[in-house]
Amino acid sequence: MALDSKIPKGPIADKWTNYKNHIDLVNPANKRNIDVIIVGTGLAGGSAAATLAELGYNVKAFCFQDSPRRAHSIAAQGGINAAKNYQGDGDSTYRLFYDTVKGGDYRSREANVYRLAEVSANIIDQCVAQGVPFAREYGGLLDNRSFGGVLVSRTFYAAGQTGQQLLLGAYSAMNRQIGRGKIKMYNRHEMLDVVKVDGKARGIITRNLITGEIERHSAHAVVLGTGGYGNVFFLSTNAMGSNVTAAWKAHKRGAYFANPCYTQIHPTCIPVSGDHQSKLTLMSESLRNDGRIWVPKHMKDVEAIRNKTLKPKDLAEDDRDYYLERRYPAFGNLVPRDVASRAAKERCDAGFGVNATGEAVFLDFASAIQRYGKEQAHVKGLDENDAALVKSLGQEVVKNKYGNLFQMYEKIVDQDPYNTPMMIYPAVHYTMGGIWVDYNLMTTVPGLYCIGEANFSDHGANRLGASALMQGLADGYFVLPYTIGDYLSDDIRTGPISIDTKEFEEAENEVREKLNFFVTNEGKHSVDYFHKKLGKIMWNKVGMSRNVQGLTEAISEIKALREQFWKDVKVPGTNEEYNEELAKAGRVADFLELGELFAKDALDREESCGGHFREDAVELDGEQKGEAKRDDENFAYVSAWEYKGEPSDALLHKEQLEFIDIELKQRSYK
Amino acid sequence: MNLTLKIWRQKSANDKGQLVDYKISDVSPDMSFLEMLDVLNESLVAKDEQPVAFDHDCREGICGMCSLYINGEAHGPDRGITTCQLHMRMFKDGDTIYIEPFRAAAFPVIKDLIVDRSAFDRIQHAGGFISVNTSGNTIDANAIPINKEDADDAFAAATCIGCGACVASCKNSSAMLFVGAKVSQFALLPQGQVEATDRVLNMVKQMDEEGFGNCTNTGACEVECPKGISLENIARMNQEYLKASFKG
Ligand SMILES: Cc1cc2nc3c(=O)[nH]c(=O)nc-3n(C[C@H](O)[C@H](O)[C@H](O)COP(=O)(O)OP(=O)(O)OC[C@H]3O[C@@H](n4cnc5c(N)ncnc54)[C@H](O)[C@@H]3O)c2cc1C
Ligand code: SF4
Ligand code: FES
Repeated sequence: MALDSKIPKGPIADKWTNYKNHIDLVNPANKRNIDVIIVGTGLAGGSAAATLAELGYNVKAFCFQDSPRRAHSIAAQGGINAAKNYQGDGDSTYRLFYDTVKGGDYRSREANVYRLAEVSANIIDQCVAQGVPFAREYGGLLDNRSFGGVLVSRTFYAAGQTGQQLLLGAYSAMNRQIGRGKIKMYNRHEMLDVVKVDGKARGIITRNLITGEIERHSAHAVVLGTGGYGNVFFLSTNAMGSNVTAAWKAHKRGAYFANPCYTQIHPTCIPVSGDHQSKLTLMSESLRNDGRIWVPKHMKDVEAIRNKTLKPKDLAEDDRDYYLERRYPAFGNLVPRDVASRAAKERCDAGFGVNATGEAVFLDFASAIQRYGKEQAHVKGLDENDAALVKSLGQEVVKNKYGNLFQMYEKIVDQDPYNTPMMIYPAVHYTMGGIWVDYNLMTTVPGLYCIGEANFSDHGANRLGASALMQGLADGYFVLPYTIGDYLSDDIRTGPISIDTKEFEEAENEVREKLNFFVTNEGKHSVDYFHKKLGKIMWNKVGMSRNVQGLTEAISEIKALREQFWKDVKVPGTNEEYNEELAKAGRVADFLELGELFAKDALDREESCGGHFREDAVELDGEQKGEAKRDDENFAYVSAWEYKGEPSDALLHKEQLEFIDIELKQRSYK
Repeated sequence: MNLTLKIWRQKSANDKGQLVDYKISDVSPDMSFLEMLDVLNESLVAKDEQPVAFDHDCREGICGMCSLYINGEAHGPDRGITTCQLHMRMFKDGDTIYIEPFRAAAFPVIKDLIVDRSAFDRIQHAGGFISVNTSGNTIDANAIPINKEDADDAFAAATCIGCGACVASCKNSSAMLFVGAKVSQFALLPQGQVEATDRVLNMVKQMDEEGFGNCTNTGACEVECPKGISLENIARMNQEYLKASFKG
């Protein structure tokens, strides 16, 4: 099947408006006869469920947590972008579009990104109307902060809990529709397959996580908003339950998987502390507004800091290497994430890591505390030279901005970041790759849609900070409600979809067989045993820096691990009860397939772009020496993989990317 | 360190349930409490025993999924944090730790340490929203300036994670802090005024129907709340309720 991205014709600024003016609509009376399944209640799924229900469709929504409010979007910290230009600093739809395409290292689809930028301002209006308490200035208007990779201040926020506030907004909109009976909510349900009837997605199979009951659910269209697959690395900033299962099952039913190797390794996370570690914790990018990143210049100081004979705050300014400010004077500490992560790895690989494992750099707030303290003292007419006063005033400001993050850090590391710099290291955070979708957000399976982090669409090879929240809500509130209507207009006479068909029966039987296998297999090792091994292979060979040899090894090691898993995995208990080990087994089985495709995709892409860094593709000389080297001539395409059985048999389809409104250039932050 | 754990085991909602003793050794002070339970579960699986079921997801104190009543305190001995943020450095070698589910009539046990908190969702369905369509055709976000202090207070109330620790710590199993936080968030914002009367009446009615107890101002909820939701929110809700009752 040839890939058709269905990008509307016409100038980029008019595409979305023209498109909306010419689609087929479903009249309100007919919407009542149409059912839509939405899997996932994060920003993407939650906003879509609320909006479609409000339009009149019958929505069934699913999540694996005990309430829609607990989707992992809740954990987003720093903020959400929107081209409001409230600061009058030159922002515009075009600039947000441009920054996002450039930030994505020119590997995203122009038309989708433009639409995203275009609807971004509406998101903020919408959320404020819902009662989302964004941060405000003293004059009562909304405040903004800056995020990496841009030169304007367009990020809206609610302290370090922006995702929580936005998700609670979407959740409240869902609640209104649940109360009206327009959304039927299924909590603690895990989707385990997509059901296709006559080639169209017409339902799903789920497992009730409390009772183990396997259920069939039908609808005229199915939407996946099931989040990212960063947990293929075992350790990531994702929640424990985040998984690829829904997306992978869709892939197996014919949805192409795009750019699986594009993963974001976030530069500022709390470093790994030991083998017991179950997850990693992010320290929001917003901290780079005020924190300065450094390691000592000299090896002797590194050693002194490691063996605790020198306190980091006592090291003289001249002996510190603020390596981001040194290497990237234009953007400094606010370079995009991929660049900041590689720079941290470079310093640590060179031996300058500041903790016992040698895998940490400092994120230091001392100068911000000074700066804010002086400013406050000045404003309040107090003594700017009183060091203790300045410090306490400064700390107060920092606490207001990032208090919850500092508290999280202190609880985990047992150090006080107001008085000593934080230690941070890159960690897996976000997956730009995902299910391939066209301009309508429809996958290669008719009637199957994919929104939010689960799809591949807007962030190219690297996502800029504060744009995942924007994308999730744009997809759910403002894009999908139009595009899905166009598709559903053909279904007004279809009538209810029966679940008593052979397609549903077959899918259900497959699901049962697999569950049954797990609980009866007499294996030796727990699910986590395999998951941790997979994570190690992924991190060491498919992580921040990749080469042909490592990737080739990863492919065969993952395959071997998968085979061992199917022989040797041990799952206690039965299917007919709450059984977390069983749920995890299914998820890890899918990660073990995805992992291999991920490495295969990374091997195919013989260029460095965004989060994908190939050691054989670097600039060899000139000002950009050592930086990532993209290859637009040969790789300006989206890799969309078709399932053919084993991951090694997956078939590559290419969507050639066209850049008409933005000139393809080397991405420089110097 | 080496510890003795006394953990509530209950097969299902209908089972009686009991405390079971477990020994665990080589616990690192840097482990989180839930990582300690992971280690225990790993060893139970190895011995073909059923692992202890507990709720968790984000493991960074924001999703509200984790619970646990540890040594008689919701979310354990530390203050201002959830169970998933609790670290083993709060305990010492040789300690005995009691681990039980959040208990309340409105939170029935599902299995072991997992309880059903869907009553909270139902209270929100009754009125935890502003009835604005998600079409995007609203007024500009900056059209109505909001006093920073009110906005900050609304935000503080809105940081409730819906964990239920307030209910579990209250001798009456009252949900006033949770409901008060939501009512306050909207009461403090101009957008929330239009439906203020119905909201508070409907939410309180649902709260009563769910079987949560009355508030007798003991303040235990505020002490155990991991997000520092303040008792002022209960006072504000009472005012709103009174106002609404006169109108309604
Ligand atoms: C710690 C952290 C901080 C972040 N900070 C920011 C930030 O400041 N700004 C920003 O823009 N982005 C941020 N991000 C990224 C952003 O939060 C996510 O990309 C985004 O919220 C994902 O939303 P989503 O709706 O696509 O998926 P999620 O919110 O992950 O929701 C997934 C949903 O799918 C359900 N689900 C999954 N699988 C199944 C299944 N098999 N069956 C049934 N249900 C299923 C889950 O229950 C859940 O409801 C952050 C991410 C992390 C991890
Ligand atoms: S008020 Fe506090 S204790 Fe109660 S649910 Fe909210 S966060 Fe939890
Ligand atoms: S697991 Fe999310 S708050 Fe504890």
